[in-house]
Amino acid sequence: MQDWKRQPGFFAAIAAAPVTWLILFFIVPLAIVWAYSFGRNTGLTSIDISGTFANYSRALEPLYFEIFLKSVAVAALTTLICLIVGFPVAMAIAFAPPRWKPWLLLLVMLPFWTNLLIRTYALLSVLGTRGFVNQTLEWLWNHCGWLMSAVGLPEPGPFQPLPLLYNNFAVIFGLVYVHLPFMVLPLYAALDRLDKSLIEASLDLGAGHWTTITRIVAPLAAPGIISGLIITFVPALGSYLTPELMGGTDSQMIANVIERQFKRANDWPFGAALSFMLMYATFILIALQALRNKTIEARS
Amino acid sequence: MSWFRRRTPVAPLDYGRRLWMRAWIAAVALFLYAPLLVLIVFSFNDSRANIVWKGFTFKYYGKVFHNEGLLTALGNSLTIALLATIFSLILGALAAVLLWRFRFPFKASVEGTMALPIVVPEICMGVAMLVFFAAIDWPNDLVWPLSLGAITIAHITFCFPFVALVVRARLASFNREEEEAAKDLGATEWQSFRDVLLPHMKPGLVAGALLSFTLSLDDFVITFFTSGPNTITFPVKVYSMVRFSVTPEVNAVSALLILLTVVLTTVALKLQDVSAEAKA
Repeated sequence: MQDWKRQPGFFAAIAAAPVTWLILFFIVPLAIVWAYSFGRNTGLTSIDISGTFANYSRALEPLYFEIFLKSVAVAALTTLICLIVGFPVAMAIAFAPPRWKPWLLLLVMLPFWTNLLIRTYALLSVLGTRGFVNQTLEWLWNHCGWLMSAVGLPEPGPFQPLPLLYNNFAVIFGLVYVHLPFMVLPLYAALDRLDKSLIEASLDLGAGHWTTITRIVAPLAAPGIISGLIITFVPALGSYLTPELMGGTDSQMIANVIERQFKRANDWPFGAALSFMLMYATFILIALQALRNKTIEARS
Repeated sequence: MSWFRRRTPVAPLDYGRRLWMRAWIAAVALFLYAPLLVLIVFSFNDSRANIVWKGFTFKYYGKVFHNEGLLTALGNSLTIALLATIFSLILGALAAVLLWRFRFPFKASVEGTMALPIVVPEICMGVAMLVFFAAIDWPNDLVWPLSLGAITIAHITFCFPFVALVVRARLASFNREEEEAAKDLGATEWQSFRDVLLPHMKPGLVAGALLSFTLSLDDFVITFFTSGPNTITFPVKVYSMVRFSVTPEVNAVSALLILLTVVLTTVALKLQDVSAEAKA
């Protein structure tokens, strides 16, 4: 690491382009949104930045705040399910024989690289009322009816397709589907680094697999688990496409409300305030994570 | 390979060989892949309705290749992805070298800001781009390649921090003595950069390029806010098709894009293999 003063010309040549780009096309746009969040609509396209907090107080009204809380709850549930589903997968990859590891990782990565829109669309066609899942269930229903009468129960009525789409279940299902790799990869990275002899020692000393996982593996892998939780929660909280395509009228998330303010409702100042509420929530989480890492570093 | 007959007893840590673990992995694989496989299979189905198998056909692929709007959108997307990749590589590599090499005032804040585009929710980024291009009165009646400027700028902004991240991770393994040796032997700053540092950065640059190409090609939300009626990208076009109906044509398009993903991933893995062999 060298001080910039030793080669100021070279330093400036390297720094100029990325720093300028970042300021011009990232900081300035965000600053404009931030300024708009303190403004109000004065005409169809003109916005007067008057320093009002009206947009924020409107964002805290029950109607919108409930959607915000609901988004948090949906993202939290998604993250929890991803952890439960993803942890065994990460364990299996971490303890797999070396020649299998790349293939198992690829198994998790390939959907992750596939276009989000296409994955959501695939779910739409599988979960629809005439989709694959309901087709299979209907077939089972129609062909297993005799089982019911065989054990003396009344013959089942006609098959009712399960409502698997356009509700909260669909949104959470879709979010888990999309975000599972986000959880598995950091978990795998943490588990792969573990000192395996500690686990062997625990098993040798008579602890069962479950005790070993909860008392030895989980605490040792805690930093990886926490970063997995945050890496999954943050994009899940701000997701737009999944609730838009798979959700019903009551499963709107905060991103859908923001989009509506900027497109159909054309209330940019209010949309700007909502965006910044979402940003603040994200920043607080990431700051907490950074703080935690700092205290761990300081302790060791 | 014997899946069911065990030649050796299962070691305590051989979680991958336990039956319940295998069942779990199989269930997760089914969960991840079944929808995609169903989608691909039904793209060959000779029926408008997407549910009952009527027979094998390629006709929806033919329709895709005659769909003017879709092909234009694909062309736009590939152009944007290519431009965004080139610019992101340059900006990302410069940023990586800057943060790796120099100590300077406000370094922590520059570093933090550089990571922001990665963590900021997509919707906020999209909104910021929409507002920004409206505020500076970005003209939306430019001729073709220039009309993609706004989307390309937005894509570069969220791609180059990823390149910087990957390249910087690669730079961490660079032995500075190599560069000093080059300078001792009379190389100029530029020569030592070109002949010593750049070759070392290459695997990072390749990974960064693939990453930004994929990110740009995949992006829907941010593009959705910056694209106008004349600048439809592929995901935005597919979105409007999905909104209207679930048709075999969308299945065919999706199958083609999945194929592209598999090809790109294979290329990426091959390149990594090659660079690993070159190192060994």
